[in-house]
Amino acid sequence: MAVAAETQFHVLAVDDSRLDRMLIERLLKTSSYQVTTVDSGSKALQILGLQDDQTNSPSVSSDQHDTEVNLIITDYCMPEMTGYDLLKKIKESSSLKDIPVVIMSSENVPSRIHRCLEEGAEEFFLKPVQLSDMNRLKPHILKGKYKELHQQQVLQNSSITGSNHNSNKRKAMDDEISPEMSKTKTHKQPDSTVIPYITSFSFLTSFE
Amino acid sequence: MLGLGAARLEADMNRLMALLFHQGVLDEQFMQLQQLQDESSPNFVSEVISIYFRESEKLLKNLRSLLADRECTDYTKIGIHLNQLMGSSSSIGAKRVRTVCLAFRAASEHSNWSGCLRLLEVLEHEYCYLKTKLHELFQMEQHRVMAAGARYHPALS
Repeated sequence: MAVAAETQFHVLAVDDSRLDRMLIERLLKTSSYQVTTVDSGSKALQILGLQDDQTNSPSVSSDQHDTEVNLIITDYCMPEMTGYDLLKKIKESSSLKDIPVVIMSSENVPSRIHRCLEEGAEEFFLKPVQLSDMNRLKPHILKGKYKELHQQQVLQNSSITGSNHNSNKRKAMDDEISPEMSKTKTHKQPDSTVIPYITSFSFLTSFE
Repeated sequence: MLGLGAARLEADMNRLMALLFHQGVLDEQFMQLQQLQDESSPNFVSEVISIYFRESEKLLKNLRSLLADRECTDYTKIGIHLNQLMGSSSSIGAKRVRTVCLAFRAASEHSNWSGCLRLLEVLEHEYCYLKTKLHELFQMEQHRVMAAGARYHPALS
């Protein structure tokens, strides 16, 4: 796949309220993001490739496993699995923990906000979410992207032999590299997006 | 002549909006909704409001039946319903409805049945007023578009 000239980051939005899903989808689309909305934490985990059961549910198409998620924005108060529970599951997963997570809540509860930030959430948005809040997402996405590109560069520069498939390389990397470099994603193919201002990573064109 | 009708309707709409803001029925969030409507999503506001009406009416009906029997009132369920109504009201800028929900929730947390019943009446009244006014606004907008239609029709410009 050729490197795309334009970036369109993909945000996964999780909210049990249909109205709020409509809103967040519009907010994100207006801000040029590609959006997938789901109504529960468990559906979000399905989309992210972290299912409890091994069988693929018919509502989750296989395409979605190939689409990289660049940021997750989730409501806090949801039945069964709260946004906090979802955040924890994501941060506990070696394949997902580098995806930035933003929490939304209609209630301003400092202890709740603190707990989420402690658990690794990047930001906490008070509902109703505003268009101006959308501007705060990009830095977190870019940070995650930079980390990913940096790791890929390290992979390229290392002397590890083997197939060119990323998943195998990453598994090897997990074994060999030092702790601070060990945050790798094993389930996603790098997509064709490029951060506009980075021009020298020619290794990107070698990924199919 | 048609242009004048459209201008008059627009002035009426602005006056109604100003009144609703002044009364605290609507807040800034309602304006945010307008900002999200554009050519790619031309019916966004009416779609969102329609969903709000549908969901709110379901919630209000449930609240009525939850309070039907003083002896077996499930105050936790009432709280859950109110949180939903509060959330969606806040999302569309329905400030007064949200405020009543807050008071209602406090009464339910104290298992205050008669308080809850009283607040449900207030809530139903506030919701009714909001719905009526929003319908008026949407009707005015439709008429304004029609009146402005002859003037702004692409084929005629």
